[in-house]
Amino acid sequence: MISVENLTRKFGELTAVEGLTFQVEEGEVFGFLGPNGAGKTTTVRMLCCLISKTSGDARINDYHIGKEADSLQIRKMIGLVPDNVGLYDDLSAFENLDFYGKLYECTEGRRKENIERFLKMLELWDRKDARAGSFSKGMKQKLALARALVHEPKILFMDEPTANLDPESAKTVRDFIMEIKKQGRTIFLNTHNLDEAQRICDRIGIIKTKLLSIGTPEQLRKSLAGPKTVIRLAQASEAMANSLRKLIPNKFEVSDNKLLIDVTDPDKENPSIIAAITSIGGQVREVTQLVPTLEEVYLQIVKETK
Amino acid sequence: MRISKAWIVAAKDIRVFLRKRYTIYSLVVFPIIIGIGLPFVLNVVISKQGALLSTQHLTDLMSAFAFFFAIGASVIPTLLASYSLVGEKVEKSLEPLLAAPITDSELLLGKGIGAFFPSIGSLYIGSIVFMVLSDLFTHSTLGYYYFPNWTIGILLLILMPLLSVLSVEWSVIVSARATDPRAAQLQGVLIAIPLFFIYVATEVGAIKLNTTTIWIISGAAFIADIILFFLSTKTFQREEILTKWN
Repeated sequence: MISVENLTRKFGELTAVEGLTFQVEEGEVFGFLGPNGAGKTTTVRMLCCLISKTSGDARINDYHIGKEADSLQIRKMIGLVPDNVGLYDDLSAFENLDFYGKLYECTEGRRKENIERFLKMLELWDRKDARAGSFSKGMKQKLALARALVHEPKILFMDEPTANLDPESAKTVRDFIMEIKKQGRTIFLNTHNLDEAQRICDRIGIIKTKLLSIGTPEQLRKSLAGPKTVIRLAQASEAMANSLRKLIPNKFEVSDNKLLIDVTDPDKENPSIIAAITSIGGQVREVTQLVPTLEEVYLQIVKETK
Repeated sequence: MRISKAWIVAAKDIRVFLRKRYTIYSLVVFPIIIGIGLPFVLNVVISKQGALLSTQHLTDLMSAFAFFFAIGASVIPTLLASYSLVGEKVEKSLEPLLAAPITDSELLLGKGIGAFFPSIGSLYIGSIVFMVLSDLFTHSTLGYYYFPNWTIGILLLILMPLLSVLSVEWSVIVSARATDPRAAQLQGVLIAIPLFFIYVATEVGAIKLNTTTIWIISGAAFIADIILFFLSTKTFQREEILTKWN
């Protein structure tokens, strides 16, 4: 659905985005994580045909960005929620959506149906005739989401959709994203929010001018360091640890009656580790799995580029 | 280019204009002052000078006053277009708009139509009022109805639209650098300065505002329209707007 190959964008001497290569499949929620100035917005703007690329290529459903004739086709099939909501404050919620519906060539019937459906889903239907300027930040963000969906795009680009929202509004927006994910739309989500990325995204790309890492949240967490199995024992001694080292190949540390054991495949390795411990007289009290958080992975990857 | 897309943008802009007090004032105040105020000035002149007033002087004055509509045509669209363009910039609404399936030229045309029609419409209403009142006040002195005539016909139907287009194009260029609608408007009205000079020249008798003069000014406006068209379309490109207009 989205295919990016070696995409680069320079602003004079400054390279905003360099050599991006990735693909986003149909129906996938793809998260783009990165610090401020990492090139997330520039990437979205290039993919939405708002700014040109310096080199490389990107295709959206086989339409190439940068080709004038293809740009209009791409714009028809995408929806954009920019980092600034950019609503017309003097128009009502309904008028804002109706204007965009017309621009996207929706028929009157479809327009009205979609406006009603999305405003109801976002709990804004009762305020449809109120000026957008009178809305709270959260309501404006929800209205911007409805605007991006009014023509039912196949792909939705969202640039920090929950930034600066209160927790309740952020949750409504996140729930709504999950709802549209169920409808099978492809979502490209720029975010700072690691928890949000972990909860919503099928795959995540970590960017800082270049794409530093890409994978499912699970793969990313495992990529930093393998998972660890934590085994709490009734009593752990150095002598026992030495005996255990002869029985299992895994590296481990002993601390406070706990063994922190490096594993590559916990499901396969844990039973034999536990068997080894019990064979040397260890009494297992608790077994837990320790996996690095996405935040730890993100901070580590970004730190390594400094 | 799809005119229908431009109309959608224009209709939205007009709807926004009609909800802003400032833009309503811009549309209403000038035509009222010129359309009603100047005929009353003529009436005062007639009543004060009486028999001393020559018909030639009176008709010259009427033509010179009519020229205020040309000045209005260069000012009012600027006020609206600046508000529309810089307003989009201030409200940060350009990014979603530019992400929609609309070309730069359709968007520019829409912005132009949105500023052009309300302005020209209000000026035409003002000019009708001006002509009717002027004729009423001067008929007894002149013995005939001076308006409508060829000079004001060309002024209203040729020169004013050309100046309005010029005004919109100028606004696009000015709006690219302005961050505040008022600042854009102040710079925008500079386009009217040459017209003020022409008005002053008619008042001091250096120029006579007749059909030939209006045709010459229209020709100059047409050439300026073409030059500014290329400059404004160069300025109004989505990449320029998103990366340099902020």
